[in-house]
Amino acid sequence: MPVLSLMILLPVVAALVVATLPGGEQERAGRARVVALATTLVEFAAGIWLWLNFDSASAAFQFAEQLDLFAPYFGWSLGIDGIALMLIMLSVFLMPLCVLASWEAVRKRVPEYMAAFLLMESLMIGTFAARDIFLFYLFFEGGLIPMFLIIGIWGGARRIYASYKFFLYTLLGSVLMLVAMLWMVGVAGSSDIGVLSRQDFPAEAQFWLFLAFFASFAVKMPMWPVHTWLPDAHVEAPTAGSVILAGVLLKLGGYGFVRFSLPMFPDASAQLIWLVFALSMVAVVYTSLVALVQHDMKKLIAYSSVAHMAFVTGGLFALNTQGIEGAMVMMLSHGLVSGALFLCVGVIYDRLHTREIGRYGGLADTMPKYALVLLFFTMASVGLPATSGFVAEFLVLLGLYQTSTWATFVLTTGIILGAGYMLWLYARVAYGKAAGADTGAMPDLSAREIAILAPIILATLWMGIYPKSFQQPMKPAIAAVVARLDGRELATVPTDMTLSPALPALAAPANAAESHH
Amino acid sequence: MHPIFASIAIAGPETILTLGSLAALMLGSFTPRHRALAVTSLFAVAIMAVAGFSLLDAPAGRSIAFDGLYVADDFSAFLKLLILAAAAASVLLALPWLQESGPDGVAAGRFEYPVLLLLAALGMAMMVSANDLLTLYVGLELAALPSYVLAAFSRRDDRSAEAGLKYFVLGALASGILLYGVTLIYGFAGSTQLDVIAGLVSVQSERSLGLLFGIVFILAGLAFKVSAVPFHMWTPDVYEGAPTPVAAFFSAAPKAAALGLMARVLLAFPGAVAADWQQIILFIAIASMVLGAVAAVAQSNLKRLLAYSSIANIGFALVGLAPGTAAGISALLFYITVYVAMTLGSFLVVLQLRRPDGATVEAMADLAGLSKTQPRLAAALAIFMFSLAGIPPLLGFWPKFAVFQAAIASGLIGLAIIGFIASVVAAFYYLRLIKIMYFDEPAVPLASEGSPVNGAMIAACALFCSPIGMLALSPLAVATAKAAASLFPA
Repeated sequence: MPVLSLMILLPVVAALVVATLPGGEQERAGRARVVALATTLVEFAAGIWLWLNFDSASAAFQFAEQLDLFAPYFGWSLGIDGIALMLIMLSVFLMPLCVLASWEAVRKRVPEYMAAFLLMESLMIGTFAARDIFLFYLFFEGGLIPMFLIIGIWGGARRIYASYKFFLYTLLGSVLMLVAMLWMVGVAGSSDIGVLSRQDFPAEAQFWLFLAFFASFAVKMPMWPVHTWLPDAHVEAPTAGSVILAGVLLKLGGYGFVRFSLPMFPDASAQLIWLVFALSMVAVVYTSLVALVQHDMKKLIAYSSVAHMAFVTGGLFALNTQGIEGAMVMMLSHGLVSGALFLCVGVIYDRLHTREIGRYGGLADTMPKYALVLLFFTMASVGLPATSGFVAEFLVLLGLYQTSTWATFVLTTGIILGAGYMLWLYARVAYGKAAGADTGAMPDLSAREIAILAPIILATLWMGIYPKSFQQPMKPAIAAVVARLDGRELATVPTDMTLSPALPALAAPANAAESHH
Repeated sequence: MHPIFASIAIAGPETILTLGSLAALMLGSFTPRHRALAVTSLFAVAIMAVAGFSLLDAPAGRSIAFDGLYVADDFSAFLKLLILAAAAASVLLALPWLQESGPDGVAAGRFEYPVLLLLAALGMAMMVSANDLLTLYVGLELAALPSYVLAAFSRRDDRSAEAGLKYFVLGALASGILLYGVTLIYGFAGSTQLDVIAGLVSVQSERSLGLLFGIVFILAGLAFKVSAVPFHMWTPDVYEGAPTPVAAFFSAAPKAAALGLMARVLLAFPGAVAADWQQIILFIAIASMVLGAVAAVAQSNLKRLLAYSSIANIGFALVGLAPGTAAGISALLFYITVYVAMTLGSFLVVLQLRRPDGATVEAMADLAGLSKTQPRLAAALAIFMFSLAGIPPLLGFWPKFAVFQAAIASGLIGLAIIGFIASVVAAFYYLRLIKIMYFDEPAVPLASEGSPVNGAMIAACALFCSPIGMLALSPLAVATAKAAASLFPA
């Protein structure tokens, strides 16, 4: 059974149904919500089925499908390895929660809203499941259209500016990647990702190809200094839009690095680690400091996302098993935690219609359940042991230490700064006195809101206490990437604090990877 | 059989169109006035359909007629089908507009419109089958003269009259330049027949400067016809001034004909000269893409916006011509096909909308909140805009993909990078239209004109440009590759 194709097509069909529902406005809205929720739940069930039937011992693309429907341009070629599986799981897990979070918050043009989200889901699953490089590009770029509409129609005050910036920024990054893709496919004679990952491009060409892909993924990631679209997009997007943006869309950059940049341009990756490390180091410190001075809760979390994503790039370009595994766990963890933080902001935004931190206060007294949940996710974001954030940060730093102690040192300061801005945020929102009578009168979490946040709490704890469930399927795929990187000559820049005279060529310390969990 | 009859048989579609246009003129004159337009229009569409069907069972391969003046091959057949489809659509889409009183009542019910379109279609068919510089010129003029009249069709409307005059003066100048180029080539190559010239040029050891001048002049004339920069100045003014159905026609069929002609003429100059004309094509492609994208940003009139959009699109299509390879020509044909659907669709939506006072929509601001007042038309226009912007998974992405793939395969990576960046700039103004329709609140309550024929054509174009249209990728690729291959005899 072509499960992946069905998972991609079902939301599209549901979106068409939702958009063309008959009836009055209220009726349509009600039906649209139900259809969207049902579809996303079916998708989630399909995702679990995928996970249960996934062979965690194999690095091959599983559930493979191949249909030469669009020859000679590209093939409808699908398949997932462990990395793609986990990211698809993240998408289908967050999606029903997004629908629930928009249940009452979105009141205008509900059918169109739900249709846009369903399209988004289809495109995200397609991006992770594509095994043809142009099919990947199609889904990768296609996601811009629904997201543009979501921000532009249902967003906040400066939604139009934000939607344009989001669209044009990411589009500009991607077209350079498309040029590189066209060149690569011309040389390799195949658009299959598996074939391209085994192709050894000349080192000179790899350099330019790497930079072209970097332009796209760095914007999507987003890395400093091309991150500026993210705070704007987040602030103006509706709550569920922010969740999807932080939860899944930001993962496209990291996914792109691990699926394309590392295995296809291993020499360039090893030579350009200084570039990635430099940008990551700046990002962690700079965006953490910027987050400290924000007055807008969503903006603060958006900047914290940029800092967390710098951990992902740092981990990926450690070019060893722990680093890449840590980066992957970081992506999953960040998807859950920052998604949940945006949902938490959404909860109080729905009540008071402001995201100004100064307008809140004393929520620990008036909304005790909410304060508890917010505390949990604040801690998870900081990286408290037993939450997913700890596993991720620990693995990233462990891997990075073997490649660059300088980068490890600077990234670690990010953890301290992160604790600073997150705890300060929590203190201002939850402690002290209510800023006004309306703040004090806000009701605590409703049953629907608890139903949205509880699954994320469980998942975060699960990933923090027993991360093996999530790491196991990814191990063979990551091992394949590391094998591609084995023995490449690292950049001869001083990346080591100890300034050891000879920088060794990269060797995969596979046994070390097993020792810590 | 006398050779002339064999030639007439080879030029079957043109023969049908010639006789059909004369018959249509008679039919229109002798039909009662209130029915003349409808009857003639349907007759014209029927003639175009017959001509189209006659192409489908044409003999395979290359047939030369009229002592080498005319060639019928897969390339000309493909383009003729496209031209006839676009011209037939242009006849049909104008019907509701012509039947209304119109802005001044002069154009109302005029049956000359379909007859002029038939004549223009005949000229365009000659253009893509030209195997001689003189056939080329005759075809070009036959296509151009009805176009001048059509531009001024609302003759009491100042803007329409101005558009007609402007188009005529500049068009005549371009034709003159082109004709001068023809004389230079005849002088330096010794023939006006394209395949003879190709044979002569390919054995030349040194490139001839006179020949080069001839090519430059011919290219200048053709660049005017396709409205490529720097000969694009007439386009926004003529599109804006001409009646909307006429602008729709201008943006589709003549572009396909002139681009096809350009490909056929340039490929007659292989070898050392090829590198020279490639430089020129590179320049006008880049200039068109960039200027079309940048200048459109400041427009507030829908028709002017679509005019700049067509300039930019011609630039993209020319990217396929720059490498001078079969893959490039195939991509060029693919580009024109999809472009015709996108631009006709956009104009159809504009034509379908009516302001409360009954006038057609001109200002972009009029479309504010269209997604609430006319959700289906807004969705169709959004599909066309995203498609024109070249955002996957809409079909409009793939022609861009194909032309740049051909360019990169020939090592023109810089061209591809500039082109894609221009397409990002262009995305800005397409997005602006989406923003106006979807993000803004309705200002003017627009009505749909409600013609079911036009509605069906909009639906067909929208379906083709939507992701569903990707199912046509494979068959189209086969057809364009076959057509392109016929320009490269083994």
